[in-house]
Amino acid sequence: MSEKQTGTGFMGWIDARFPLTKMYEEHLSKYYAPKNFNFWYFFGSLALLVLVIQIVTGIFLTMHYKPDGEMAFASVEYIMRDVDWGWLIRYLHSTGASAFFIVVYLHMFRALIYGSYQKPRELIWIFGMFIFLALMAEGFMGYLLPWGQMSYWGAQVIISLFGAIPVVGDELTLWIRGDFVISDATLNRFFALHVIAVPLVLLMLVVMHIIALHEVGSNNPDGVEIKKNKDENGIPLDGIPFHPYYTVKDIVGTVVFLILFSVVVFFMPEMGGYFLEHANFVPANQFKTPEHIAPVWYFTPFYAILRAIPDKLMGVIAMFAAIGVLFFMPWIDRGKVRSIRYRSGAFRLLIVILVVSFIGLGYLGALPATETRTMFARLFSVGYFGFFVGLWWISKNENTRPVPERVQ
Amino acid sequence: MSSEVDNSRRRFLTAGTMVVGAVGTVAVAIPFLKTWSPSARAKTAGAPVEANIGKLQPGQQIIVKWRGKPVWVVRRDDKALATLSQVVGELRDVDSEESKQPEYARNEHRSRKPEYLIIEGICTHLGCSPTYRPEITTDFQGGFFCPCHGSKFDFAGRVYSGVPAPTNLTVPPHYFVSDDVILIGEDGVA
Repeated sequence: MSEKQTGTGFMGWIDARFPLTKMYEEHLSKYYAPKNFNFWYFFGSLALLVLVIQIVTGIFLTMHYKPDGEMAFASVEYIMRDVDWGWLIRYLHSTGASAFFIVVYLHMFRALIYGSYQKPRELIWIFGMFIFLALMAEGFMGYLLPWGQMSYWGAQVIISLFGAIPVVGDELTLWIRGDFVISDATLNRFFALHVIAVPLVLLMLVVMHIIALHEVGSNNPDGVEIKKNKDENGIPLDGIPFHPYYTVKDIVGTVVFLILFSVVVFFMPEMGGYFLEHANFVPANQFKTPEHIAPVWYFTPFYAILRAIPDKLMGVIAMFAAIGVLFFMPWIDRGKVRSIRYRSGAFRLLIVILVVSFIGLGYLGALPATETRTMFARLFSVGYFGFFVGLWWISKNENTRPVPERVQ
Repeated sequence: MSSEVDNSRRRFLTAGTMVVGAVGTVAVAIPFLKTWSPSARAKTAGAPVEANIGKLQPGQQIIVKWRGKPVWVVRRDDKALATLSQVVGELRDVDSEESKQPEYARNEHRSRKPEYLIIEGICTHLGCSPTYRPEITTDFQGGFFCPCHGSKFDFAGRVYSGVPAPTNLTVPPHYFVSDDVILIGEDGVA
């Protein structure tokens, strides 16, 4: 054992028993990241920051919240009015939920435009997609906990989606709810999943995501593999150590993010009904559906796809397919050039179509459906799925520009 | 002891251990998964409920809670009953072939007595609770409208074509204990 010991003193003692210095070097001081990261690369570390905010505020909320059909709504109001600083903790948590999705959507978009899902980073992307799924489950179950009208009916609609599955659908929804309708049993199990099960899965996935990233190394805005050009010591010529260079850079991102985050928390925590919906200030009533129900903004693009299709089962399939198709991005894109900087005009056009469709669907999904809006939702749904079909089509023989040897 | 390794014996034991382990894992998983089924208390709450309909006037609706679900009791007036045959061409499942109801409610008015409709107030699309729209207008012949995704149902809870709900509203088991009292949740003796 001691023959491996190279350091002396306290750190030497630790390192002989636990690879602390080795891990610090591998993941921070000697993890070489490309030197040309731009602002798009803030969102990974910001996602980690929001995760910490959610875990810490979440732990403190559970100290006052009651996962009980009779008491849940009142306990949230109790946190807001009677618990010292309870309003702050709760608004940090509710704003954090939306911030999480904003940051993650931008993080995913970065991967799309710079081809960060391409070989050899397929697993990073797939772990990331599982994080996205876990995050959606977390957001959905968390939204039931305040036990307001929108909590109740939103959950009713989403759980009913599983009823569209042939043969086992009805039994399955009964099993998920644990009762014939959304009830105390449903609330209690969602609480357990929201505070224990899903966060554990989420943390594990984040670790896997980062380990996979550090194994192959980060992509960059030029999509050039920096490991191809190394100096005599085996250090990439275009790489700089993550710490201190990117830790310092990320502090800038963190400060900007926290300023914007604080503006929302202190001045507009409901965000005009998008972060906290108005109908959720009314306690759950199982006999009365609100006039207009819509999911929270981060689910509206997928919800709009569901509504755009007039058939129940097909609508559900399309909605899940809209998420599922993303898993296959590394194989849908058959191109060899990663970054949008050197890809064709057709690729740029497809990205524009995707962005317009996704934002369009998100906007429509929050509004009551009318005939015109449904027509647009169908158009945008075609645009959304069209991106993937189009990408598969064009990427086989794409007219790309020459990619430089080194990052620019 | 022989130094020869009996590979087929080793493979057999490895496979055997894995199979036993897998069976054990599945066996242990069942109780955990079963805890999610409705508990005995939830099932008891699903027991039949009585409702007094003696004071219900024509055109009125009352809501009764059964298994936590809203069950509507509507006393249809003559005008409402008259619409049932008029809207037939616009409905998706006129004869309730794909819908859920007891045999005695599988008729045009979908109830035991034409006057009284007893039906679950849960949209067959995604589980919202539709609203009662007794007014008969030129646009809509009256019935029920679901605010969530725009599904429409006639006065017998039959779904219109071209809306997201796939089937008619569900009729729960029920029977008349007396002229004024109904029991929801049991078929009774017909």
